Amino acid sequence: MEALYLLIPLSTLLVFLAIWVFFRASDGGQFDDLEGPAMRILNDDDTTPEQHRPDLP
Amino acid sequence: MVNEENTKASLCFHCGQPVPSGQSWTLDIGGATRELCCVGCQSVARLIVDSGCEDFYLRRTVPSARVDPEQLLPPELALLDLPAQPADGVAAASDDQASELVLSIDGLRCAACVWLIEKYLARLPGIEMAELNVASARLHIRRDPDQCSTSSILRGLHGLGYTAYPFDPLRQGEQARRASRRLFRQLFIAGLSMMQVMMYAIPVYMTHEGIDPDMMALMRWASLFLTIPAVFYSALPFFTGAWAGLRARSPGMDLPVAIGIAAAFTGSAIATWRGEGEIWFDSVSMFIFLLLASRYLETAARRKSAAALERMQQAFPASALVLRDYPQQRETSLVAAAQLQAGDVILVRPGDTIAADACLIEGVAELDLALLSGESRPQTFQLGQEAPGGAVNLSQPVLLRVVRSTRDSTLAAITRLAEQAGQGKPALAQWADVVASRFVVALLLLAAITFVAWHMIDPSRAWATAIAVLVVSCPCALSLATPSALAAATDRLLREGTLVVRGNVLETLQRADTILFDKTGTLTQGRPQLTALWSSIPQERALSLAAAMERGSLHPLARALVEEAERRSIAACEVAQLGSVTGAGMHCLIDGVPYRLGARRFVAEIAGDVIPPALSQPASAAAGSVYLGNSSGWLARFDLADALRADAVQTVAAFRAQGLRVILLSGDQPEVCAEVAATVGIREVIAGCTPQRKLEVVRELQQGGAVVAIVGDGINDAAMLRAGDVSFAMGKGAALAQVSADAVIMSDRLAAVAQCAHMARRTMRIVRQNLVWASVYNFLAIPAAAFGLLDPWMSAVGMSASSLLVVGNALRLSRATRVAEPVPAPAAAGQPALAGGA
Repeated sequence: MEALYLLIPLSTLLVFLAIWVFFRASDGGQFDDLEGPAMRILNDDDTTPEQHRPDLP
Repeated sequence: MVNEENTKASLCFHCGQPVPSGQSWTLDIGGATRELCCVGCQSVARLIVDSGCEDFYLRRTVPSARVDPEQLLPPELALLDLPAQPADGVAAASDDQASELVLSIDGLRCAACVWLIEKYLARLPGIEMAELNVASARLHIRRDPDQCSTSSILRGLHGLGYTAYPFDPLRQGEQARRASRRLFRQLFIAGLSMMQVMMYAIPVYMTHEGIDPDMMALMRWASLFLTIPAVFYSALPFFTGAWAGLRARSPGMDLPVAIGIAAAFTGSAIATWRGEGEIWFDSVSMFIFLLLASRYLETAARRKSAAALERMQQAFPASALVLRDYPQQRETSLVAAAQLQAGDVILVRPGDTIAADACLIEGVAELDLALLSGESRPQTFQLGQEAPGGAVNLSQPVLLRVVRSTRDSTLAAITRLAEQAGQGKPALAQWADVVASRFVVALLLLAAITFVAWHMIDPSRAWATAIAVLVVSCPCALSLATPSALAAATDRLLREGTLVVRGNVLETLQRADTILFDKTGTLTQGRPQLTALWSSIPQERALSLAAAMERGSLHPLARALVEEAERRSIAACEVAQLGSVTGAGMHCLIDGVPYRLGARRFVAEIAGDVIPPALSQPASAAAGSVYLGNSSGWLARFDLADALRADAVQTVAAFRAQGLRVILLSGDQPEVCAEVAATVGIREVIAGCTPQRKLEVVRELQQGGAVVAIVGDGINDAAMLRAGDVSFAMGKGAALAQVSADAVIMSDRLAAVAQCAHMARRTMRIVRQNLVWASVYNFLAIPAAAFGLLDPWMSAVGMSASSLLVVGNALRLSRATRVAEPVPAPAAAGQPALAGGA
């Protein structure tokens, strides 16, 4: 049970770390669009615009 | 209607709608020839294929939106064409005006739309980044402005069949969005804090052996630290709300919540410091989280309705042609409509919309005020007359001097109205607010009394019991759930095309026992349509001839003929020497034979005085006839009448089925009214009314104790609409400017009124359920808490669950399946809007 004396403060630290990570992600716009990425992942299109351009009419 | 099987067999490859029989447009897509329904869909499909995005059709899961050929290149785009003003004042950008661009996009349907837009834009030269935010329907673009103009991007998007418009952060309520984002963060932090504090609390509740005191102290301290972010960050909305309520001297539900949180946290912190006494950190964080969750849901519902309004506002003209040096020079320059000032001289071309209220200084204008008033006939404006912004010029180019800047014009009134809409509180919500505020005062007193009483009975439990009383009560069911039910219902109605302007609509509508319908523009379309066609030649031929002769004309009857030909996909034939005689009709030569189309006497001059019996059938009272003939005889008669709306019959039937007294009230002649009333199934008709008389009728009904709902068409019925207990105006977009109605039907479907009535009943039922629940819950829970039967954590769960329940119940309104269509029309209830000719 002695391990808990270490684990409890550690878990508290972890939560504050999680809060910090969350704020960073939120500031970075990770939560702005929760629908778009799910739609994009279906389109497995790996060609970049540059590769495609010569094909254009 | 024509040829069912054929229509079923071929659906437009782009939009999935039936391809009209006869003519069709085709395109090679994906190695096969596909049928398309119109030139609009064809050009969009061609652009998609030509730009190598053919895969779009494989990826999409729903058909695309139908493309209106006329909307392919909206005139406002011209504004952005000018190199001198690259979207100046229109496009809002974040840091770098030139390279960043934010657009709002309409018409997103599925994942393939996202793919298509991003892929298409990525190939335009000069685009560095194009990213579509699906949730907010906003497109972020970073580009090289020299290579890639705003207009080319917009034109490209329009070409793909999406409506895009520059995004204006002020108009979009960026503030509200930021607030909602903060609320999300607060909710997240509270959730995180709650989860972790629970981890320490549950073992304490579960254990029977007792926990080592050192361990206990450690867990208490950990809980204290973990609760700090929840109390000092997540609970901020409650503290600020409570403070605002105190300052306004009307304590809201935030006050007991804030006191409860503060007391429980302070008490627990002191207990932790001293190392003895009870702690309630778990209750505090859970309480904050659950309350924020219900608040978040409510805000989301409100924001959705704001976004729907925003899209509606895009109907207004964005640009104007200004003559800077009038009258010395006549050179025009394009400016954003928002920059117009009083005194500017603007040129309005035929088909353009007048951007601001302006005075006519050159030319005589035929203006279509249909958007503003629902008045279908074009009105003639003389020199010096003031024309409202939003009117459409139908005649020749005219010059106007702006009287009021766009911001003060009719159009701005619409914007303001749109902002107001949905904010007004109905009497029921106001009443609930008053009750909630008294309830809060009583509750604070009760908490104080409980504390004192328990202090005398058992001091160790006084603090806990008082907190339980504060926390368990749920005034939010009173003050929060009613608005959220209304917001959900309003949002839902708006999505279906009904803008609820005043808060009392839903409440009053379900009490209404009498409903008045206006005729012109309400039960009927308000503009002439072909109702019958009698001809001695094939109908297609007759329509083709008529369409050819009337193509250039702006006369409403002529437009009706041309539209009908387009609707049936009949191409106009070739004509020569087309000319017109004012007040009589059109004449032309086809293969050397003179043809005439118009008034009977005018056609008789070449076709002879004897009309064949097929063409002299009696017309209905409401119809006007246009004749077609050539030098060898009469060819056809077109009966044009203000046709009934397709859903008029079923709407009237729906209200009658609910037992409402339905009355037709109109200024038109009795015979016409009687015919319309008989067709739609209205028994009571009051015809030939002046606006004054209409008003009197409404007053008389109200004095007889009736709750009167009125459906009218905007400006003509303004007085009557104002007098009604609840009123609806038919109209689109700009009709709001003149609004005197409580709700505006923007979808142009009469059935929306019946849907609104249905919604009103559901909303009020849900509000009543919420109020009953709130009363029962508070009545049982508060005494239980005061007598010490509930711990703070139980109170927190009870109160939070109660508010979630109530908000969730309210949100059912916006999520539920589509409102069932009103009772189907009785089979024998007359002809539909368009009989399609004899």
